[in-house]
Amino acid sequence: MLLTTGILGAILTANLATGNGAYRAYAASLNATAHKTKTIPAFARKYGLRCSACHTAWPELNAFGQAFRDNGYQLGNERDSPIFQNPTYLPIALRITPQFHEESTTNQVVDAVPGDSSIKVQRRLTTHGVDLSGMDFWTAGTLYKDISFVLLFSSDNLASFHFESAFIRFDNLAGSPWLNAKVGKFELDNLISEKRFLFLSNNGGLYQSYHFAPIGDNNGFGIGDNQLGVELAGHNVGSYTRYTASILSSSDGQPGLVTGNSYDGFFTFSQAFQVPSLGVERIGAYYYLGQMPTVYRTSGGAPIAGSGVDNKTFYRVGLAGDLYAGPIEVLPFYMHARDDPFLGTSTPGNQALPAGARGPQWNAEFVETHEYVNARFVLTQRAEFVRMAQQAIPGTPTNVGDIDAYSLGLRWMPFMFSRAGLALHSEYSLVRTVGGAPLSGDGVGTPPLTPTTNVWSSSLLFAFDFAF
Amino acid sequence: MRLFLIALVVAATTVQAQPSILGGTREDFRRYCAGCHGNAGDAQGENADWVDPKPRDFTLATFKCRSTPSGTLPTDDDLFHTIKRGLVNSNMPSWKPLPDETVMNLVAYIKTFSPRWKTEKAGTPIPVPPEIPVTADDILAGRALFQKMECWKCHGPEGRGNGPSASTLTDSKDQPIKPFNFAASSRFKCGTTNQDLYKIFLTGLDGTPMPSFADNFKGDDAWHLVHFLRTLQQAESPEKVVWTEWLSTHQGQLKPIGPEGQ
Repeated sequence: MLLTTGILGAILTANLATGNGAYRAYAASLNATAHKTKTIPAFARKYGLRCSACHTAWPELNAFGQAFRDNGYQLGNERDSPIFQNPTYLPIALRITPQFHEESTTNQVVDAVPGDSSIKVQRRLTTHGVDLSGMDFWTAGTLYKDISFVLLFSSDNLASFHFESAFIRFDNLAGSPWLNAKVGKFELDNLISEKRFLFLSNNGGLYQSYHFAPIGDNNGFGIGDNQLGVELAGHNVGSYTRYTASILSSSDGQPGLVTGNSYDGFFTFSQAFQVPSLGVERIGAYYYLGQMPTVYRTSGGAPIAGSGVDNKTFYRVGLAGDLYAGPIEVLPFYMHARDDPFLGTSTPGNQALPAGARGPQWNAEFVETHEYVNARFVLTQRAEFVRMAQQAIPGTPTNVGDIDAYSLGLRWMPFMFSRAGLALHSEYSLVRTVGGAPLSGDGVGTPPLTPTTNVWSSSLLFAFDFAF
Repeated sequence: MRLFLIALVVAATTVQAQPSILGGTREDFRRYCAGCHGNAGDAQGENADWVDPKPRDFTLATFKCRSTPSGTLPTDDDLFHTIKRGLVNSNMPSWKPLPDETVMNLVAYIKTFSPRWKTEKAGTPIPVPPEIPVTADDILAGRALFQKMECWKCHGPEGRGNGPSASTLTDSKDQPIKPFNFAASSRFKCGTTNQDLYKIFLTGLDGTPMPSFADNFKGDDAWHLVHFLRTLQQAESPEKVVWTEWLSTHQGQLKPIGPEGQ
């Protein structure tokens, strides 16, 4: 017996009821994730280098840090080997961010009279106070020459843990830097990493482009989500030329074989080059081809995890850059995306599509800018736009689902040593969604009463971001 | 896509507005170097206590890896390549991923720490003659030099850095220092090529007990020694092939290296 896609929500936690399942699933995951960003002072301690050696402003990697990561967390000196480490050295890092933040969202559907759900109205909801982020408990290092590992437990702010990353990697296979492999759960090789970026607020702490799904679409995939699979990667000495090719379980990174027996593919290539007076410039391209089951077998009416069939495909393709102009870094990003009509309309593969249904398509782009006033002070900005190019259901207003997102911030690291990191982080982020549930606050926003209404959501954050 | 292209144009335009990034070199030094070398270049960075061998003290302007005679200042090129290459058996990594311009600026900045750079010029690079062919006789000559020059006293009879004097060695700041272990690395302190090793014999490693042999070596002596030292390494090399073949038929003819070989 087969059960239709509605059950998928129960299995994958995607909340289809709002008609914006992927968004909701991701919003929920925000709660379960300590930080979207990673930094590893344990490596700074191990090698006796300042955080700034590998990070433009932690946690974002610079060219040296990228090369270090690409070489399996090895610098090529005798400190690489765990054998030569002081026995008291433990490669553990901790990160948490005590903060004050305010979240405000317009056009939220509420009962006109509390407790009486018969009349709905739209209101701005605002909440603020001192709060905690979740926590990262991170360990990483080398097990042997050219064999390294990463293990990242992340918790929400109630200390509920999950594995954000866990993988082993094998570098310089056959003695070549062009052959490196890792197995487990890891971040996709996005040229612009969401895991090591400089925004922390609820609205700004994610790339909308990396997690967007059209309204009515039940594809929970996010290119910014860590995935389970095998990655083959290569680079030249210095990592100016890089590629990756990954085979991934079609589960959006959720362990337990909860979806089906299918695989996705992700491919990246980037090239960096030196430009006099500027720095190291990098341009790259990526392509993700994925699939997702739309029907699950059942037993006694209950869905059987891992039994997904009737897979439907989707893809993400685009360009990204990491450009320097002296102390100014510009990160341009472009994506074109398409989901299968069955995903776009949340229709099980064994049922008929709604009349005229098409595969939804959209374009996403952003430009992020960092000005490194000095090695301890950085100003940040981002402008991001998601635009629907084709709605799944003909007649749906063209702009339903569109997003504009803006962020401004500053990050000051009052000291810069090799043992620990502290950043005073201030940020303001503003997001406009058309007809959709916003990601403001804890991700429990509701869509507006009419599909073309703008919902504005803002985050204001003052935080002490520390890592040890 | 429009935004992507606009960003590229903006970045290119901003480039024109940047007159120089030299002013940022002090920040680069603090970012990459000062953790060990200290903000003042005096080897008093917060990691210095935990680094062995100790980081270079730029206020003394004494550098190991040079192309110039012992006691003289290195060329900018020497410092540039040291930074790019890193120093094997030390905490100094290869900074190859950094832009060349950044490294060149760092070289200029390093030279501000010592007054020597204001009163002295860099030494004249010592020329490295063409390498001679590798032969068994050539390697044997190098082996004889290894014995005669008493290299084994520090580096050990098998080049493992465990000679009888090894434990007594100190650098110019009275810090204990270990002689190079040829058997444990395919690289040398100041490079990977035979030419790099040749240079060390003639320049010495200033600030360490490794002297210059510029006045002692004649003719092809330095090449003989380079080729012999290659045979002590684990990595395969043309020298090792020749040596292994020769040893297969002449093993018994060799005198041991060390005090008993004198």
